[in-house]
Amino acid sequence: MGKKYDVIVIGAGSVGVPTALSLARAGIRVLVLDELASPGQMSNKKAIGGIRATHSDFGKIRVCQRSIEIFANWKEKEGDDIGWLSNGYSYPAYSPDMEKKFRDLMKVQHGFGLNIRWVSPGEYNKLVPGINMEGLRGSTYSPEDGSASPLLAVNAFYFKSVAAGAGYRFNEKVTRLRLEKGRVAAVVTDKGEYGCGQLINAAGNSGRDIARLAGLDVPVVPDNHEGAITEPVKRFFGPMVVDIRPEPGSANYYFYQNNEGQVVFCITPDPPILGVLNESTSAFFPQVARRMVQLYPRLASLRVRRSWRGQYPMTPDGFPIVGRDAAVGNYIHAVGMCGQGFMLGPGLGELLTRIIKSEETADDLRILESFLPDREFKGVEALK
Amino acid sequence: MSKQRRILEHPVLPVEPGETVTFYWNGEPVEGRKGEALSSALIAAGVDAFGRNAHDHAPQGIFCANGQCSKCLVIADGKPVKSCMTPLREGMKVNAADDLPELPETGEAARIGDVPEVRVDVLVIGAGPAGLSAAVELGRLGIATLLVDDKHEPGGKLVLQTHKFFGSVEDSQAGTRGIRIGRKLAEAVAADPHVTIWPDSTALYVYSDRKVGILRNGKYHLVSPRVILNAAGAREKSLVFPGNHLIGVYGAGAFQTLVNRDLVRPASRLFIVGGGNVGLIAGYHAIQAGITVVGLAEALPECGGYKVHADKLKRLGVPIYTSHTVLSANGSERVESVTIARVDERFRPVAGTERTFACDTLLVAVGLDPIAEFTAQAQEAGLPVFAAGDAAEIAEASSAMFNGRIAGLAVARALGAKVEEVPAAWQAKAELLKSHPGKIEPQVFPEAEEGVMPVIHCLQEIPCNPCSTVCPTESIRMDGDPLLGLPRYDGRCIGCAKCVLVCPGLAVTLVDYRRDREMPIVTVPYEMSHVPLAVGDKVAGVDIDGNRLGDFEVAAVQQNRENLTRLVRLRVPRALAKRVVAFRLQGDEATKPMPEAAATGENPAMACLCERVSAEDVRRLIRSGVTDINQIKAVTRAGMGACGGKSCDTLIRSIFRQEGIDPGRITPGTKRPLFVEVPLGILAGEGKGE
Repeated sequence: MGKKYDVIVIGAGSVGVPTALSLARAGIRVLVLDELASPGQMSNKKAIGGIRATHSDFGKIRVCQRSIEIFANWKEKEGDDIGWLSNGYSYPAYSPDMEKKFRDLMKVQHGFGLNIRWVSPGEYNKLVPGINMEGLRGSTYSPEDGSASPLLAVNAFYFKSVAAGAGYRFNEKVTRLRLEKGRVAAVVTDKGEYGCGQLINAAGNSGRDIARLAGLDVPVVPDNHEGAITEPVKRFFGPMVVDIRPEPGSANYYFYQNNEGQVVFCITPDPPILGVLNESTSAFFPQVARRMVQLYPRLASLRVRRSWRGQYPMTPDGFPIVGRDAAVGNYIHAVGMCGQGFMLGPGLGELLTRIIKSEETADDLRILESFLPDREFKGVEALK
Repeated sequence: MSKQRRILEHPVLPVEPGETVTFYWNGEPVEGRKGEALSSALIAAGVDAFGRNAHDHAPQGIFCANGQCSKCLVIADGKPVKSCMTPLREGMKVNAADDLPELPETGEAARIGDVPEVRVDVLVIGAGPAGLSAAVELGRLGIATLLVDDKHEPGGKLVLQTHKFFGSVEDSQAGTRGIRIGRKLAEAVAADPHVTIWPDSTALYVYSDRKVGILRNGKYHLVSPRVILNAAGAREKSLVFPGNHLIGVYGAGAFQTLVNRDLVRPASRLFIVGGGNVGLIAGYHAIQAGITVVGLAEALPECGGYKVHADKLKRLGVPIYTSHTVLSANGSERVESVTIARVDERFRPVAGTERTFACDTLLVAVGLDPIAEFTAQAQEAGLPVFAAGDAAEIAEASSAMFNGRIAGLAVARALGAKVEEVPAAWQAKAELLKSHPGKIEPQVFPEAEEGVMPVIHCLQEIPCNPCSTVCPTESIRMDGDPLLGLPRYDGRCIGCAKCVLVCPGLAVTLVDYRRDREMPIVTVPYEMSHVPLAVGDKVAGVDIDGNRLGDFEVAAVQQNRENLTRLVRLRVPRALAKRVVAFRLQGDEATKPMPEAAATGENPAMACLCERVSAEDVRRLIRSGVTDINQIKAVTRAGMGACGGKSCDTLIRSIFRQEGIDPGRITPGTKRPLFVEVPLGILAGEGKGE
């Protein structure tokens, strides 16, 4: 058997890398294993970069609030530019029902102390100049939400974690978990074997496969979304725009202008397309482009540069699965991020470190209630 | 300035005045030719800097002239466009694209429309020599074929080839100029009812559902073919050296587009790096365009291109520096000079051998990469796909025409058509025409000094035989292989000079002792008619390597209507007659190095020209252990720019090579749609097309 580590993290992605950073800085000997060649090569680099705390439940709100602090202060504290932009989020409403849904949710969000307000159509047109005003009833606006570059961020976390002592092995696929006395004793890959004190499954799309190696099941199913990025232009609108109106063939879509001036967008196919299918389809561009230029005609002359497919590792209720396993005592779940791994990652990394050290706070325990691995998955997240 | 930058006289190309229109550059009225590439209109007007890069604010000029990169970005009538792909219109308001462009406000509702879907048996991507040749075969077999090309005129790079072609006369039209071959092929395809040509149509991606996105004249289409033939050609490789981002550093192919297609003169003093056929021919074309070629550097001890091409340049007075590399392009915003140095056997520059040459342009001609992505995409989608021409393997156009025909038959067979077997001879020819030049044989002159005879200055086996096929008395025979062998004269020359006229290498002269045995008349070919030449003029005669033999008197200049090569008859003393091949145009003064070599550390070397990522930044990551090109992209943005990673990929790989990383350890960058940037409105079905 190879070296023994305090903690092995499976998956060098949106969750695994910031977790390794937090663990290494806490003086814990950590090894991260990934089957791809470098950090963030599965779902992280597919994320468009939106970061919001404006969710509907305590757990995600708290974790993302902490993430926002980390993202927003990163450049000042750590020196790297990760493309953080405090540009806010908005959910425009084009029907009374939508307006009511958003306003009801805002009450819950205010209860958690979130900065979110309702803006009139005229005010919204100042935030997103040239937005289609026909039928617009106003929009939510949460100015403290923001965005960053998933690519820059994961690499910044990666290099800092390496400097703090975290080890990484890329191009290694986990083939087996060696269980002894109800605990994971070692992780076996196609290239070697590594002993571990504790294990964190942060394997994203492969989360379910990894769990099965420990005899566990987690209901995580990759659900395909297609995204794209345009050429950069001068800043012309502020917040992330999320249009939740369904249309035949697609559910919601959303877009924002990143710190480089490029508009990044993503659409949710309906019915969902399940599995890891990274191939591009001819349906995507006409479908998303029609919706975007109708909502925001000014986008018509903006040129699209590149597109891609990525997956939301979905759970049945839209909430992540995080926490220590009830049966395998040194196994910690950190899967099923439902497309929000990037924004949850840094906050979750610190929480996972406290779990590893058995130093959970009262707040942590309340957060973890929403993410329980053995819950019944009956609820439905209001803003998946 | 503007007059000098239009080529108003060309030895080979017809110069048509065109319709003059007025457009506005940064608010000032400027004249151009209606329909010409906006970039060329700007170059003709004396504009080299089209805008400033948003990252380092440095000015950018023409780079690929092929719609691939985005260095020629300008704001035309409020919208950012690639000026090399935008035809000039009367009244166009064009502004420099300085830093990030402003997205115009429309104030209008979206104009969404349908995305037409088209079914076809065969989609051929690229109407160059391979695509056109394949389409000829497919049409002949009655197979419904759609041929798309991103340019307005079919012919691909043939339309830039003013020189006569190599290959064999019977099947590659050797001895005919590329431009004419392209036109003939295009006419044949246009006349075939089974083949539809879409010009101005860029293939964007072969999606996983086997539909191909095509941007046809501003309208998005989806084409569903049963088989794809990728004949999209190649893109030029670039090089990592300090100053490689300066205005005036670009590819030899781009240069040929400017001088031969658009008839503009973007340079006055040119230096070339790379002694393959592309670089050698570009040098020749430059001189035909009235541009001084200061020199050519080649890292290997011999030029990789045909010796006859190198000889042509040397004879005109262009020094060729073998075992030399470019150290830097120097200048603050544009090229002002280039510094080269000798390299040792491991290609390391030798200190103390630096030389700097004043020039305004540095052509990079260090090879081509196949545009293979459409093949890979189709394979991934499970769509039958074939490739031909440079998209399959980099080779001469004559070979591309052959393997295009072969691919046409293979496509037909894949569709279940009853197709004759590919003639074995075709396959053999296609291979033969790809042949690399052989070793150089010593020159043997004929002994006789009476009568009239050709003297052949062709010492290297290349696939070429027109001299032997045009000789009316069958007195020139190929030694060994009928195509590859070296030509030998043995027989009864009647002095018709057909061999002199047809030779693509300008490597045959005719020595005629019949009138004056002591002062025979030597007939040499001449393709620089823009430099006036009159009977009685003295010219500096040179041997095969460009060494001066003496000043000789012009006895006659004969112009041919069919073949634009002129025959110049010189009076040469008997002792030198057989050695004279041509005469010099460029004096030594034009190609002298500067008194002192310039410092080379003035500019950074760039690995990604779009995002301005320095080679040092990439090198630092590689040294920290990074082997995934995707991670280099994530950290530096190299490959995220407007060109879609088309140039930086090879540059990054060259840095890995310099760092001694085994290529097997490198994880390649992921390729994603689209091939070129497309406005969202067009993807939403805006526009009419046609």
